[in-house]
Amino acid sequence: MPKIMSLDELKSLRDNVKNKVDLREKGENVDEMVVIRVAMATCGIASGARDIMNYFADLIREENVNNIVITQSGCMGYCYAEPTVEVTLPGEEPVVYGHVTKEKAKEILDKHIKSGEMVDGIIPVAHKSIDE
Amino acid sequence: MSKYTMHILVCGGTGCISAQSNEIVEQLMFHINEANMSEEVQVLKTGCFGFCEKGPVVKILPDNTFYVQVTPEDAEELVKEHIVKGRKVERLLYVDPTTEEVVSDSKHMDFYKKQMRVALRNCGFIDPDNIEEYIARDGYAALGMALGMTQQEVIDEVKKSGLRGRGGGGFPTGLKWEFAYKNKADQKYVVCNADEGDPGAFMDRSILEGDPHSVVEAMAICGYAIGATKGLVYIRAEYPLAIKRLEKAINDAREYGLLGKDILGSGLEFDIEIKFGAGAFVCGEETALIHSMEGMRGEPTTKPPFPAESGYWEKPTNVNNVETFANIPVIFLKGADWFASIGTEKSKGTKVFALAGKINNVGLIEVPMGITLREVIYDIGGGIKDGKKFKAVQTGGPSGGCLTEKDLDTPIDFDNLLAKGSMMGSGGMIVMDEDNCMPAVAKFYLEFTEEESCGKCTPCRVGTKRLLELLEKITHGKGTMEDVDVLRELSQVIKDTALCGLGQTAPNPILSTLDVFYDEYIAHIKDKKCPAGECSALLQYIINDKCIGCTACARVCPVNCITGTVKQMHVVDQEKCIKCGACMDKCKFKAIIKQ
Amino acid sequence: MSELKITIDGKETMVAKGATILEAAKAVGVHIPTLCHLDLHDTKMVNQAASCRICVVEVDGRRNLAPACATPVTDGMVVNTRSVKVLNARKVVLELLLSDHPKDCLVCEKSGRCELQDVAVKFGVREIRIGKDGAQSTYPVDESKAIVRDMDKCIMCRRCETMCNKVQTVGALSGINRGFNAVVSTAFEADLLDSVCTHCGQCVAVCPTGALCEKEHAWDVVRHLADPDKVVVVQTAPAVRAALGEEFGMEAGTLVTGKMVAALRALGFNYVFDTDFAADVTIMEEGAELIDRLTRFQTGDTSVRLPILTSCCPAWVNFIESQFPDLLDIPSTARSPQQMFGAIAKNYFAEKYNIPREKMVVVSIMPCLAKKYEASRPEFNNDVDLSISTRELAHLIKRANIDFNNLPEEDFDNPLGESTGASVIFGTTGGVIEAATRTAYEILTGETLEKVDFEALRGFDGVRSATVKVGDMDLNIGIAHGLGNARELLEEIQNGNPRNFHAIEIMACPGGCIGGGGQPYHHGDSEILKKRQAAIYTEDRNKPIRKSHENPFVKELYANYFGKPMSHKAHDLLHTHYEAKDRV
Repeated sequence: MPKIMSLDELKSLRDNVKNKVDLREKGENVDEMVVIRVAMATCGIASGARDIMNYFADLIREENVNNIVITQSGCMGYCYAEPTVEVTLPGEEPVVYGHVTKEKAKEILDKHIKSGEMVDGIIPVAHKSIDE
Repeated sequence: MSKYTMHILVCGGTGCISAQSNEIVEQLMFHINEANMSEEVQVLKTGCFGFCEKGPVVKILPDNTFYVQVTPEDAEELVKEHIVKGRKVERLLYVDPTTEEVVSDSKHMDFYKKQMRVALRNCGFIDPDNIEEYIARDGYAALGMALGMTQQEVIDEVKKSGLRGRGGGGFPTGLKWEFAYKNKADQKYVVCNADEGDPGAFMDRSILEGDPHSVVEAMAICGYAIGATKGLVYIRAEYPLAIKRLEKAINDAREYGLLGKDILGSGLEFDIEIKFGAGAFVCGEETALIHSMEGMRGEPTTKPPFPAESGYWEKPTNVNNVETFANIPVIFLKGADWFASIGTEKSKGTKVFALAGKINNVGLIEVPMGITLREVIYDIGGGIKDGKKFKAVQTGGPSGGCLTEKDLDTPIDFDNLLAKGSMMGSGGMIVMDEDNCMPAVAKFYLEFTEEESCGKCTPCRVGTKRLLELLEKITHGKGTMEDVDVLRELSQVIKDTALCGLGQTAPNPILSTLDVFYDEYIAHIKDKKCPAGECSALLQYIINDKCIGCTACARVCPVNCITGTVKQMHVVDQEKCIKCGACMDKCKFKAIIKQ
Repeated sequence: MSELKITIDGKETMVAKGATILEAAKAVGVHIPTLCHLDLHDTKMVNQAASCRICVVEVDGRRNLAPACATPVTDGMVVNTRSVKVLNARKVVLELLLSDHPKDCLVCEKSGRCELQDVAVKFGVREIRIGKDGAQSTYPVDESKAIVRDMDKCIMCRRCETMCNKVQTVGALSGINRGFNAVVSTAFEADLLDSVCTHCGQCVAVCPTGALCEKEHAWDVVRHLADPDKVVVVQTAPAVRAALGEEFGMEAGTLVTGKMVAALRALGFNYVFDTDFAADVTIMEEGAELIDRLTRFQTGDTSVRLPILTSCCPAWVNFIESQFPDLLDIPSTARSPQQMFGAIAKNYFAEKYNIPREKMVVVSIMPCLAKKYEASRPEFNNDVDLSISTRELAHLIKRANIDFNNLPEEDFDNPLGESTGASVIFGTTGGVIEAATRTAYEILTGETLEKVDFEALRGFDGVRSATVKVGDMDLNIGIAHGLGNARELLEEIQNGNPRNFHAIEIMACPGGCIGGGGQPYHHGDSEILKKRQAAIYTEDRNKPIRKSHENPFVKELYANYFGKPMSHKAHDLLHTHYEAKDRV
């Protein structure tokens, strides 16, 4: 580790390692966050859920959005529609999307999360959040 | 770039480690590997969460689930259920003892609701062994800010915050720094007092275990402010984990250029050395601490000269305790005004307390100054154990006094506690219920101070011994009214004449209980009774007419003090009885009573 | 020097910055009682433990009471030294001290001289209400050959510790244990004999109570005096005559040589001799050794060790044996005057007067406790049977109903009673080396020394040095008194002797023998030491002969018995050897 030689260098190191505690800081205030939950059971992973989750993470970092928590869940029971992604806006009911591709992920972020417009692909079932 | 989408935080404080939290971490990691999720789920050992009553604690983020009393065997279920299937493990969640409802999220637990974590901001949140996690939490940014200010500006900022010493005395920290700054010398020292010694207190240990970098950073800021290039941490050797983590923190800070020469390119030189104490309570007194660090006998010398003038090796030395230092970085990050907005008029910020005794939620808490005892005991502490009646709360450790029912709504701050005959001390808070005998409580503390007195000055060396002897006499039912007079007079003289804080405050537990619980003292002396039933010397085991003469009690008695013929009522010889209670346990007919 | 205003018991005064309340009070005639405090500033002995808390006073604006001895005056300070609160606090503190102190004052050696007793008397304490049935500190009594430690009587004033560690740098005594069990002791609570203790007795000199006393032999002396079969010979050290009078109410510095001789004769000693005689012999031997080393040095003998160190102080010998084992080849091998006297008495004198050795008892009166230890060293074969202190002699005189103050003056007996001015000044720092210089000068130059007073070698500073012209040679002399000062010079020698000292005089006690551990208690008044020193120089001036080698009886001793200094016989009887002592 080269020594930190200025406050600016310290700040850039901080920005680089910020994600280490980001999830925890956001988790402390999860009620005020947009939660993107990717189903990561065997069925999801086999259908490419891990790529989708990573893609979401990259997107968020690129676009510098700070109010989103990406996490994972177990199997949501929609194995036929994997990869599935649950999106919860603060104070709203969760919505589950099926067959999420990278394009769809981008659309969910741009439309659903940023402007509150629902996107095609919602699994239309009376849904129960995993927390309940 | 970490892709972790879940963090599992396991408490790695000394308490939880002794309850196998290391094994919990191992098991969690093993099962996460098994589930092939080690890329997504990070398992971390953090500092203390404070809720020691229910440790070991495991917290899962981002969904903020708080599991209590977890065992290594629970790890598999936690991973398979919560992590893999997304189902919370109900049986490990916290159940509110009053509402009997399950609370899954620490934010909604009464224990945490009224707390405000400033000094403990990173405890139970970051991996204390990872400097980058501290930096991610704006660590060392306060040092960077301070280096952009003049020394006087740094001192003024601390003064403006209103921060007062958290070690017991409550002396304004900024003022202390200013004294050391103004004394010119070729060498000055910054000393961190980590010789926490109050019975039951573990505030400083938890900070050093959970967030050692905050102390390292604050010491460097102080070093810059007063013009010292050398820092020393005086820590008791009985704190191995805190020592290990602090050592790592110091080494990492050196490696990152945050200690050593030319810190952050500013030209500042500052480094820290750890000095080990042998765990003498008196070494918490700053002059005794300094002598101990010099390799001398750990005993105080009179002030003046104050350490700011002549301290370690007779050089200007600034001594602050761990918790005081832990507040420093926040004051710079959030501003002195922000800090000063918390608390009461003369006591700013928060205070960490070690909550103990007959209370439901034993643990480490941090609350804003000005909170009432009632809120601490009933809201955070969850009230008295087993539904018993609250009797008193002892604050300030062996130097403090007892506060009672009538003080429950007093806002807690330095001056209010002092005015009530107690003191803030370093933050011990021991709750007592109706079963606690107050003369016995005073005796307990005097046993401690008598044992811990360094023996230098007469009032403390001989005086505390005599106080203890008087209390022993009284609690054995052998006291006289003259003893009470001597107790009071001697206490006052010791307060007035002892050399250091230890002696000067040693009589406080007596004076405060003598004031409020005078009747209890009188009961021991005149009626030879202990109203709380705690003083075994004043108890009697009596056999009543329920006795059928089975002889079981007589056979179990270790001193053969129970006599009686078969099928006749037995009698206890009170002279011989050693009050062990074996007879009462043995009697099947409830014929033996204790009174 | 800035002045500060202070009001004490209503009296206003100005004091210099840095003055304590105690000092300021003294200036306005208020004598605050003290116990632990002791300030002998001339000898670095300042005990400011502030531990006894007897001197507490009330200071306006201060929450608790302040120890007057250690609280510096601040400008405008208002102090009350006798309010009810203060008097009550002092009394309670005193009761606490007494509650853990043996009540055997009637048989305590310090009785009458005990500072705790003084305070108790002053306070009129008639009952000790506190700790009536309480615990008492009990420790085994440790008796060395010189010092008796009865720590039951220790009040933790720490004077002995300051003396032993800061002034003498011996490090035998320090506080151990905590709380009620805290006490001053040796490392691992060893006996003094097994410790690094040099038996200098300075701890005894400053102990306010009977915790540290001397090992007494006064009754043994009486037993010998009463035995008709014994010939009891007494020798008196030079410093005794300058201090003994104090025990009889005389002004410090009163010379009582003649009365002392008369008292000793009245006590029944068969021969009253003078250690000063042996001091003159010491100069003959030590001086010869110095001259020998110097001449060899000047002729280019590289094996010669310089400087030569004096060896007449037994505590100093103990010190170098345990602390500087690498320097044991530099002190003179000459025995101390006490032991030279013993050897001369039991050989030369015994033969001459035909007294069988087993019948002769040699008693020495010494200002010193280390002499008691020295007399017991096996290499000296009990040449000196008993050594008693100045204080013990005073006890003996009082015990025998002798009206000391009104005694006529008498002279010492011959042949071992004649002495010169040179030997008298052995009793003060700088004296031995001055005496040696007087003799060495005449022998080395062959000239008569006109001015025998070497003022440059006198004084009271802890470490002194002077260069004396001896013919065409510059003799570099060092002097140290107090073992801490001795350590400074010894470390300088270890570092190559940069100041090229040829000879160094070392005395263990501050002031030299006049401040010895066996002298009347000075109770912290260092002026007493200076007055004793002045008396010694007066005695020197009044002597008709002031150079050791001119002592006619010494000349006779060499002519008839030893031949010459450093002869084979002289080596046998007047010289010794040193051994490294590994102690803690």
